[in-house]
Amino acid sequence: MSSSLFNGWEVVIGLEVHVQLATRSKIFSGASTATGDEPNRHASLIDLGMPGTLPVVNKEAIRNAVRFGLAINAEIGRRSVFERKNYFYPDLPKGYQTTQLAEPIVGAGEVVIRLEDGTEKSVRIHHAHLEEDAGKSLHEGFHGHTGIDLNRAGTPLIEIVSEPDMGNAEEAVAFARQLHAIVTSLGICDGDMSQGNMRFDVNISVRRPGEPLGTRTETKNLNSFRFMEKAIKLEVERQIDVLEDGGKIVQETRLYNGDTNTARSMRTKEDANDYRYFPCPDLLPVLVSEEDIDALRAEMPELPDARKARFMDAYQLSDYDAALLAASIATARYFETAADHGGDAKLAANWVMGDLAAKLNAEDLDIAHCPVPAEHLGQLIQRIKDGTISSKIAKQVFEACWAGDGSPDQIIESQGLKQMSDSGELEKIIDRIIADSPAQVEDYRGADEAKRKKKIGFFVGQVMKATQGKANPQQVNQLLQEKLTP
Amino acid sequence: MAIDSRVVARVAHLARLQVDDGESEALSERLNDILGMVDQLQQADVGEVEPLAHPLEVSQPLRDDQVDEPDVRDKVLPLAPASEDGCFLVPRVIE
Repeated sequence: MSSSLFNGWEVVIGLEVHVQLATRSKIFSGASTATGDEPNRHASLIDLGMPGTLPVVNKEAIRNAVRFGLAINAEIGRRSVFERKNYFYPDLPKGYQTTQLAEPIVGAGEVVIRLEDGTEKSVRIHHAHLEEDAGKSLHEGFHGHTGIDLNRAGTPLIEIVSEPDMGNAEEAVAFARQLHAIVTSLGICDGDMSQGNMRFDVNISVRRPGEPLGTRTETKNLNSFRFMEKAIKLEVERQIDVLEDGGKIVQETRLYNGDTNTARSMRTKEDANDYRYFPCPDLLPVLVSEEDIDALRAEMPELPDARKARFMDAYQLSDYDAALLAASIATARYFETAADHGGDAKLAANWVMGDLAAKLNAEDLDIAHCPVPAEHLGQLIQRIKDGTISSKIAKQVFEACWAGDGSPDQIIESQGLKQMSDSGELEKIIDRIIADSPAQVEDYRGADEAKRKKKIGFFVGQVMKATQGKANPQQVNQLLQEKLTP
Repeated sequence: MAIDSRVVARVAHLARLQVDDGESEALSERLNDILGMVDQLQQADVGEVEPLAHPLEVSQPLRDDQVDEPDVRDKVLPLAPASEDGCFLVPRVIE
């Protein structure tokens, strides 16, 4: 429960999370939300803030926000109101962002996070509101000017605001991951952080225990969980250093740079009322009926905690394994496909969390972009199970799959990796090795039972070397024991 | 809250309005008058009244999630003072 102190300082962390909703069209216009196209191809007259246009709210954006609210057991705003947040920036064509403030669509809720030591902690959600995304400012390639691409302008977002319930980087990252798992499980967001589908702003302050909250800073530009963890540690250290040197924390926004693990001050935060919020006269209050809410609740997809329980039950996985695999929808789908194709859930779990995770990590890839399809991992598992290949050779096949050499069956065939099943051939090799190693044979025979178990390793190694790892280790052991026993 | 020329300058900056020093005093007076009227309004007892977001007793009609807006880039880009490579051009902004 209590968070550890850092050199006598208590750390207080809250998150603001922007989640891009996976609708086809924008929140207030029928322009496409597609990304990757030419600049300004999806900037409609409404998105551009042209005079005489009127916004109309996208039903699916409302439904997605309600789905999120239901997933965190929040009070749903039966009536929510859009307001204008006024500020000037070139990628905000209207001169205001249409957002919600006093009457948001999602009220107070709760997200339960699981920490590495197995304990659970509840993080309160203050509220979540609907709003529109801004366009993009491009600073490179316009010789001294800034290029404005408004394709993203008007893309629906929910901004989730947590209470300052987290006490260190681990808790903040666990919370961020759990939110990611929830929105991707709901299917309301693609969750690709590198593309800015989900953006985390971290509010951090420190204080001596028992004292009032310290001045907080906001750190932005955290486009991976790893960077988030590093950025939080960096900012906590900075604040403690400043305060211990007798300085003061300035309320400001800081921009994190993951390449250099540094952050710089971006701007001092304007007061909230500088934005001069007022209800948007172009939009009427949005009403959500009990029938709408009941219908959405009835068709809620499986959420991470329920999935974890199902994995433990259906696949006999441990609490730890199930939690890890259920945490992200992409990992869960991958695992299930591999397990179903491979016919061995425990083996599939080990591969997904072991070799596969290590490889993805090393190449900084998301499992959604994994070069080895889950069906292929399933096939690999099948071949381990049916004795076609040993686990050692399986690693080699996996590497070849990763490199794009084809399916496991193709690779096993083309590279001749099939385990040696002809015991006659294996016996010949074993006989030769025994004949070639009289000293080791004598040593083995002179040893007691316990030592023999160790000494047999030499012969196993020789056989594996001679067969290029294609012999079945159990068979080798058995044959060696028979032949070495005088 | 009393408005002086410093507040006028700040509000004008937030709204990106150019206000000359000469106008500032007259504007302060007029804004103070308006705030005086608001003060009067604030004396009304609204304890039983729901906040009003919109004067009409209707709710927002919703739209199906369909892409139906045309691509207007080639019409709107020429309206901007400057554009390049499909982007609107503005003076360099770096935070």
